[in-house]
Order: sequence, then structure tokens, then C-alpha cells
Amino acid sequence: MFAYTLRRLTILLITFIGVTIVAFSLIRLVPGDPVLLLLGERGASPEAYAAMRANLGLDRPLLLQYLQFLWNVFHGDLGISIVSKRPVIEEFLSRYPATLELGFTALLLATCIGIPLGIVAAVKRNTIFDYSFMGVSLVGYSMPIFWWGLILILLFSVTLGWTPVSGRISALYDIEAVTGFMLIDTWLSGEGRAAFFNAFRHLILPAIALGTIPLAVIARMTRSSMLEVLGEDYIRTAKAKGLSNLAVIIIHALRNALIPVVTVIGLMVGTIITGAILTETIFAWPGIGRWIVHSVTSLDYPVIQGGVVLIATVMITVNLLVDVAYMVSNPRLRSQGR
Amino acid sequence: MKYFDRVNFGRCISVALATFFFSTHLYAAKTLVYCSESSPSHFNPQLTDDGASFNANSSIIHNQLVEIPPGETELVSGLATSWKVSKDGLKYTFKLRKNVKFQATTYFKPTRNFNADDVLFTFNRQRLKSHPYHMVGGGIYEYFDSMAMGELIKDIVKVDDYTVQFVLSRPEAPFLANLAMDFASILSAEYGEMLLKAKTPEKLDMFPVGTGPFVFKRYVKDSTIRYEAHPNYFRGKSPLDRLVFVITPDANVRTQKLKTGECHIITEPAPADLPAIEKHPQLQVIQKTGLNVGYLAMNVERPPFDKVLVRRAVNHALNRKAYIDAVFLGHATVAKNPMPPGIWGFHDAIKDYDYKPKKAKALLKEAGFPNGFATELWALPVSRPYNPNGKKMAEMMQADLAKVGIKTKIVTYDWPTYIAKLKAGEHTMLQIGWSADSMDPESFLGLLLSCAAIPAGMNTARWCHQPYDRLVRKAKLVTDKKKRTEYYLKAQEIFHQEAPWVALAHSVIFRAMSKKVVGFKVDQLGRDLFYGVDLH
Amino acid sequence: MTSLSANAGEVLSPVRTFWLFFRQNRGALFGLSLIVFFLIIAVFAPWLAPYEPSHVHTDAYRIPPLWSEGGSRTFVLGTDDLGRDLLSRLLYGARVSIGLSLLVVMLSLLVGTSLGLIAGYRGGMIDTAIMRLVDILMSLPSILLAIVVVAILGPGLLNAVIAVSVVKIPSFVRIVRAQVMAEKKKDYVVASKSFGASGFRLAVINIFPNCLAPLIVQATLAFSDGILDIAALGFLGLGAQPPTPEWGTMLADARAFLESQPWMVTLPGLCILAVVLGFNLLGDGLRDAFDPRLRM
Repeated sequence: MFAYTLRRLTILLITFIGVTIVAFSLIRLVPGDPVLLLLGERGASPEAYAAMRANLGLDRPLLLQYLQFLWNVFHGDLGISIVSKRPVIEEFLSRYPATLELGFTALLLATCIGIPLGIVAAVKRNTIFDYSFMGVSLVGYSMPIFWWGLILILLFSVTLGWTPVSGRISALYDIEAVTGFMLIDTWLSGEGRAAFFNAFRHLILPAIALGTIPLAVIARMTRSSMLEVLGEDYIRTAKAKGLSNLAVIIIHALRNALIPVVTVIGLMVGTIITGAILTETIFAWPGIGRWIVHSVTSLDYPVIQGGVVLIATVMITVNLLVDVAYMVSNPRLRSQGR
Repeated sequence: MKYFDRVNFGRCISVALATFFFSTHLYAAKTLVYCSESSPSHFNPQLTDDGASFNANSSIIHNQLVEIPPGETELVSGLATSWKVSKDGLKYTFKLRKNVKFQATTYFKPTRNFNADDVLFTFNRQRLKSHPYHMVGGGIYEYFDSMAMGELIKDIVKVDDYTVQFVLSRPEAPFLANLAMDFASILSAEYGEMLLKAKTPEKLDMFPVGTGPFVFKRYVKDSTIRYEAHPNYFRGKSPLDRLVFVITPDANVRTQKLKTGECHIITEPAPADLPAIEKHPQLQVIQKTGLNVGYLAMNVERPPFDKVLVRRAVNHALNRKAYIDAVFLGHATVAKNPMPPGIWGFHDAIKDYDYKPKKAKALLKEAGFPNGFATELWALPVSRPYNPNGKKMAEMMQADLAKVGIKTKIVTYDWPTYIAKLKAGEHTMLQIGWSADSMDPESFLGLLLSCAAIPAGMNTARWCHQPYDRLVRKAKLVTDKKKRTEYYLKAQEIFHQEAPWVALAHSVIFRAMSKKVVGFKVDQLGRDLFYGVDLH
Repeated sequence: MTSLSANAGEVLSPVRTFWLFFRQNRGALFGLSLIVFFLIIAVFAPWLAPYEPSHVHTDAYRIPPLWSEGGSRTFVLGTDDLGRDLLSRLLYGARVSIGLSLLVVMLSLLVGTSLGLIAGYRGGMIDTAIMRLVDILMSLPSILLAIVVVAILGPGLLNAVIAVSVVKIPSFVRIVRAQVMAEKKKDYVVASKSFGASGFRLAVINIFPNCLAPLIVQATLAFSDGILDIAALGFLGLGAQPPTPEWGTMLADARAFLESQPWMVTLPGLCILAVVLGFNLLGDGLRDAFDPRLRM
């Protein structure tokens, strides 16, 4: 176990270094002067230009430049945004909780609805419910979320008026970011329950849009995993022993069937981040997805560069955790690795 | 800080009570939510030149020596109570208003009232290269430089604490009107000194302090700007307690938010949404013919736009009537001059370039481009009164230009980047526009087309034409309106001949709002001003 | 014995068995028919479209579709805000979406398979290097990677294709490599090696056909992903540029008319959904038909 984790950690480190190489090359691959890219044409006074050039060490060999970059990255220095003039890491940290809150809610939604649906579909195999479940879930899986988000807005916000159109909380509330999670901050702010529910109503639509694909995947995974387990000998034995159907499902089948589902949930993190980029754009959600898209249209290269490193770090870490968790729950696979 | 008290207080009493108390508290404080369209680039009007920035800084936080009230066109007194002009037109003496308080913020507490030092501080930063603040923020003052104010103002003399004299190097007819513009907003010299001592002068442009009706509180980038009423405002405290800008770039989203009650006032509603808003029982639309012009500038420094024949060909190739029908939904008129007809000196007799693709082709052939050419077309990334949807208009232009053989690639960036790049002259064909700052033709013909406006980046066609420039300069020197009109008419004829732009449209300005909002006036100059606005 | 490699050797006509399985899957057949439908549209768009997709009808802005009030027979699906015929744009849009995705799949298939073959067959340092590259690519969310590529190359159709292809490479590398590793140890490969067959020939002739089935399944699924990703880039304004009629871009443009002219938003979205659904149904069906045990 320890050896495996160590091996994974080494791979993680190598991958991380690879990502920093990608990010490092980014600015140097873009046609044009990297100093101007980093400073912006406006802020490029001769002094600032010289300072930045020295800072980047552009006169030094490429390898040294890279090592300097890596050194900075390990010290949390990812440069300064051209547009906001604030450190990239600060910008990231101020937006990351918003994405985390949205992503977590979406995943929770997907899990809480997906698993029961999958179980029912597996138990009621080959019934109308199962067929329509399979059909609907595949539609959900195929959903272009940038369109789905708009349809949700059209339906629930514009037509029915149940939910707000976009943003995290009504502008009437001025909530100070303590944790960065609006649902918690509203409680801390003393604005009371109204603010909390206001934040919740803002959250629900983007969470549905973002959670749809993971919901479909989790539900389908649960179904097929349940089917497999239900076909195993020990379940048949349990049934033969006279245990009720429900008891069999809950006591025996579910526990084993959920192992692959948990893995899939972990792997959904990538889907969530990809989806967040689109969802946040549609719902004006002030998270890292919208931040990174905006940085591309405003050619804020330090942000793109830093954003890539940071988002990849999140992904790598989560993947590692999922892998380790999978190994722990499934000792048979330990020797095989991945 | 206010929050702190609230947190502790909220914890002391039960949640239910807190909910009750603070929900009533929320209604008690009048908060107006204004949904704006783009982020301000700075919180200092000396450094900005776009409406979105001015709406967030000078219109709210600052005052000028002389001012134009919302919805009006005549100058009134601002921080100056009276002024006198010497006979030769070279000396302007201003008597300053007394007992004007600067705003107290979390980052600055003023110890003295507004006086002559603040006027000097404001103008000397832009004027004097030796001023400690001159290079802070890059040293480029777009308005100030474009209007050649630096060479115009020979000196500014502090006669006493409440008297200031501007000494000019030559007579300048629109000088007084220019002092009502945003760049002439008065900043606090005391605050400037404090920041200089703290070695953080750059904060002056991010955390503003002024004398105006609202106090800057907090800006969350691309999201919200919060203001509170200035309790000691010299014209009296605003009826609104708080003002929130919610930055909502998408016009359709603004309309949706207006309908769901998330915004009280929205800027630039999409023309397509107007009928629905008008029908809505709780909403209203108000409008006014704007003093603006939307145009397509052709960068004459970039071939083939150095050739006048090419520029004329483009003028003939574009079906502007169609853009007005499709993009403005008819709420605009086709422009033929670089200024709107509502401003004196407008040349009505000029015969417009009409839509004639064949003629355009012939002109291109004559210019040496029988098969056309390929170029870029920069599409306006935001909706402005003079162009509600740049991208859509660009697609129509692209189709029209393709018909005469000009292949275009549509290019666009976000608003601050777009402005930065156009100032650097990186563009070829560029959609942009202008709303009047004053009722003087100079605010279009000089500010946007003179040679002095090129380095400052306001002359987007980068067109420096000596005969034209001489006329516009002469028009500023004389005070006789008849003589000035003559010069400006001549200038417009040259503009028509040389065609550095395709003048596109003069539009109607719309603002949509909840019926609860009272006292909001649509401003012909394109500003959104909130002093005097109330919620019922 | 149902695993694929065994099947290939035992059954007389694998194509026939495959078809027998596939035919029973109504979902897959439906998916296939959706795809065929859109393929026909894509190929014959110029003949099917009543108008040029970017032609601006200056007298017909925002005409609603035939079935709504105010619809017109001249524009069956209505027009957009610039008076362009929506039907024609959607038809040409099929061409763009499907054509580009085809390009994406071919590019990533080619690169991914070659890398997978090399990694699996050669092993050692080369394998490690390639797999680390794959790890790096997989540690970035697909759209983010695509955005980075676009940030370097600038927005545009071709750049979007390159971006999306890069994202799709890892899955192909993994499949091919895993198959090659498994096959390498099998008797027939060892046997051909002892006859002195060259490495590359071996890989291509003996090993490659055996991982064809999972590759086809993966390619089908990559097709649906490709369509989604390209549309997403278009939606973000980083993909297709005007006047190219691309579904994602059309959606983004139509956002401003979500309320007043909702059909401008619904129609392109439905097209994307239908094609993606078609490929996913087909992919699932293929997987089941190739190997009924391999389900997700």
C-alpha cells in the first residue's frame, strides 16, 4: 500500500512538472514579445519593461529561466495579472471557493439522485422504467450543457420566475467573504436566513446544469454495477436463504456495487471542472471557470499560465486521492496498478 | 467596520430575531441596483475615456468646476460658484465653493474642506511631467492630451484658497465647456499626499476619493461595485442610501434580471427586448435622442486604407440602412457627418455616400484592387448607445464587404483590451463611436479627428490631414459662433471628401427600469447619473 | 469465451455475428439512423439548403418558424436577427460540426494509435515518456486544454480542431497500448517473431486488427465528444468565427434573443443534442455488439 502510494506520488510529481513545462512554454509559444505579453502594451514603460525582462531572466539560458519559474511556482508566486494587477494566486484563491461550492453541490445532487435511480433501474430491469431510464440518462449524458443552462434559465427564471437569472447572491446583500462559500458566509454575515435562501436559490440552477452529466454517468454506472453484483453467486445464495429482496439489495448488493460508483464519482471531478467553465459563463458565476475564459479574451497571459498550473494541480491531487481510495477499497487491484 | 458590529450583534440574539431585524433593515436602507454592462478600467476619470468607466467614477464620485446636470445641455456651476473670463480670452478666474467636504472612506479620512490646492493637484498631475503623480498609471491622459490641454494651459495660479486662475497660451472657445468633462473631475490633494507618504501612489487610481454624491465602497472585479451615499454632499445627501453596480455584459441577461427584480435600472436594453419591457406592468422604458455617432474608423496608417479611394469604396459598400433596421431595430438614423445633428454647426447639405456596391467595386479597381483585398474588421465587444451589438453589425458588414471583394476577418477582445489595442493603433477597420461630452462641435471634430488626438489614441482613424487640422484649430481660437460655424462646416466637407470613417448611426438612447424608480433622467451625453434618483 | 480476441479467431464471420447483435439493439439502430440523417444533411447541404447560409435578407429579420404565429413559408425554420435563413444555417452547420469532428477523430486516432503502438511495443523509456505525456494531458480538463491551445494559436476553426484533437489523444493511446501489451505475450505474436517478422510489421499486421473493436467504439464516442467540444469552444467565442454557420456559435449569438425569439436558441441546441445522442447510442450499441460483457 505504502509502496503504491509512493509510486503514485512520484508519478504525480513528474506530471506536475510536466504541467509546469506546458505552462512555462505557453507564453513563449505565443507569437510576440513575452515581456509585452506579461506587462500588457499599456503598462510597458521602459523601466517596467527592463524590470520584467530581468525578472524573467530572458537573457539567461532557457533551462535557468524554467528553473526560476518552477522555483516561483513552488513558492506560490504565479505572477501578476495584467488586467487586475493582483497576484494570480490571490485571484485564484478568491474565486476557487465559488467553483468548489458549485461543483460540490452539483456532485452531491448527481450522487443523491443518481444512485437511487440506478438501483431502481437495475432491480426493475427490462421494465418500462428501466428502458425510459436508460433513454433519459443517455440524453442527459449527451447534453450540451451550455444549451441546457440556457433552457433552464428560459424555463425556471424567465418563464416561471422561480429562480434568479445569474450571479451568486442578490446585489442587495453585501456579504463579506469569510470562507468564500456563500452558503456559509450568509450565515456568518448576520443577514440571516433570507440571505442564505437567496444564495441557495442562485445556486440551484447552475448546480442542476452542471450536475446533469455526472448524474447520468453515476446513475448508469450504478445500474450496471448493480446488475453485475445481482448476478453474482452470493446474492443468489442470499436470496435462496430466504432473505427479502430489499434486504438483499441493501445488505449485500449495494455495498459491493458502490465501489466502482465511488471511483466514477471521483473521476467526475474533471467533468465538473470542464463543465464549470461553461456553466459559470452562462450563469455569471464568479468562479475559476469564468476567470480563465475571461483571461483568454482579455489576453491576460499570466492568469492563463497560472490558472493552468493551479487547475491541473487540483485535478492531479483529486485523481491521486481517487486512485488511493480505490486501492484501499479494492485490494485485489493493488498488484496491477494503473 | 460596519460588518463587524453586525456579525457580533447577529450572534448575540436568536437567529429568528436576527432574520426579522435584518430583513426589515434591508428595506429601510434604500439600495438601488443598476445593471451596467462592462467593468471600469480605472477609478480615476483622468485615465479613462469610456462611458462605462465614467459612469462608475466621475459621474458618481466626483464633481467638476462647472457641470452639465443630467438630461440637460447647459453649463451650471459645480465646485466653482462663479467665473470670469478676461477680455483677451486668456485668463479664466474661478471662485471656488466653500464648505465642500471630501468623502470619508475606510482608506481616507479628510481633515480639510475642498480648496484651490485640489484644483491644482487635479490639473497639474495631467499637465506637468515633473508632478510626482504624472507617471503613475502610465503618464498618458487620453482626454487631456487629445485636446492639447497641456500646451493650452500655460499656468494655473492659486490666487487664494478659494480663487484659481487658469492662464491660457491662446484663446480657446470651448475651454469652459471642456472643464465640465470627466477628466476635469476634482480629486483630493490631501489624499494624494497621504498616498505618496505611504509610497502607494497607484492606489489613487483604484480607491477613489471625491466630493460627489456617492462614496466608493468596494469593487469586486467583473462583478459588483458598491457605493454609499455621501452624507455631507454639498447639494444634500442622496435619497438613495446605497448604490450597487452589477456588471452584466449580456444585454439579454440584463433584461431578464430587470424582470426578475434583480436590477432596478438597466443600461442599454437590447432593442429586441424593448416591446416586452414596455408591456410589462412593473417596468418602464425611457428614451431620448442621443448626441452620439457610431462609426467605422479606417486606420489610414495601415495600407490599403491610406488610399482615399479605398476609404470611399468602403463607404459605398456598406448598407447602413440595413444595420439600423437589424441591429438598432430602427431606433437610429443613418449618419453622414462625424457629429450628430443635435449639435450646432452640423452640415446638413452634405450628400451622403449611398449604398452602391457597383460603385464601390469600381473605386476599388481604380485604387488598384480589382480583386479586392483581405483585412481585419474589429467588432465592438460591448453594447453602446451608438452600436448596441457590434458583433452582429460586423457580420453584416462582413457580408457587404465580401460582395465588393473585401475579405474580412472579424476580430474582437474584451473591452479594456480592445481599448488598449486600438490606442496602440493595432487595428485596421474598427467599430467605435462617441457620445458628446459637451454641446460644442469641438467635442467631435477636434477631439476625434485632430492630429493631436493621434498619440493619445482618440483619433482612431489615425488621420492627420493638415487643411482639416488647421480649420479645427482655428475654430477653437475664435469666440464668434458664426465664424466658428463656418470653419466647422468646411471641416465636415473635408471629412466627407477624405472619408477616414464610415459614419454609421446616431441613435436613440434607452434605459429600462422598474416603475419604483423615480427621478432618473436619460442623459443626452450618454452618462448614467444617480444623484436625485429615488426608489418608491 | 466472449472476450474479443478469442471471438475473432473462432467465429467464421465476425461481421455477421456483430450485425446479429447490433440489430437487436433498438437504441443503437436509432442512433445510427440519426447519424445517417445528419450525414446526409452534411454531405448534401448545398443542395438541400434553400439559401446561402450567410446571405442577409434585409427584409426578413427574426421571422419565426412556420408553425408559430407569423411564420412564413419562405423561411421554414425562420430567420435569425440578421435575416439569415435558419434552416440553411443549420444544414450547413451540420457540415461544419460533423466535418470538423471527423477531422478531430481522424487526427487524434492517428496520433493516439501511433503513440500507443510505439509505447506498447517498444516499452521501456519510450513507453514511460509517452505515458507521462498522456498523464499530463489527462490532468487538464479537456476544455481548459483546448482553451490553452486557442490562447496560443488564436481563435479559429482549425485551431479549435487541433485543440480538441489534442484532448482526445490520451484515450486512444491507452487503449492501443493496453491491447498491444496484452497481445504481445500471446503465442501467435511470439511465433511470428520467431519467423523473423519485423517489429513494425508485427505490430501493424498482427496486433492492430485485434484492438480494432475497442478503437471503433472509442472513436465513435470521441466523435460525440468532439462535436460537444467544438460547439462549446464556438459558444465561448473561441472556435468558429463568423460567418461560418457553426451550431455552438449560433447558440451564443442567439443568447440575446432567448426570450423574444427562443427558437433561435432551441434549434441549434437540439441539433447538437441529436447528433451527440446519435453517436453515444451508436457507441454503446457497438460496444455491446462487439462484446456484450463490456458495459459501462
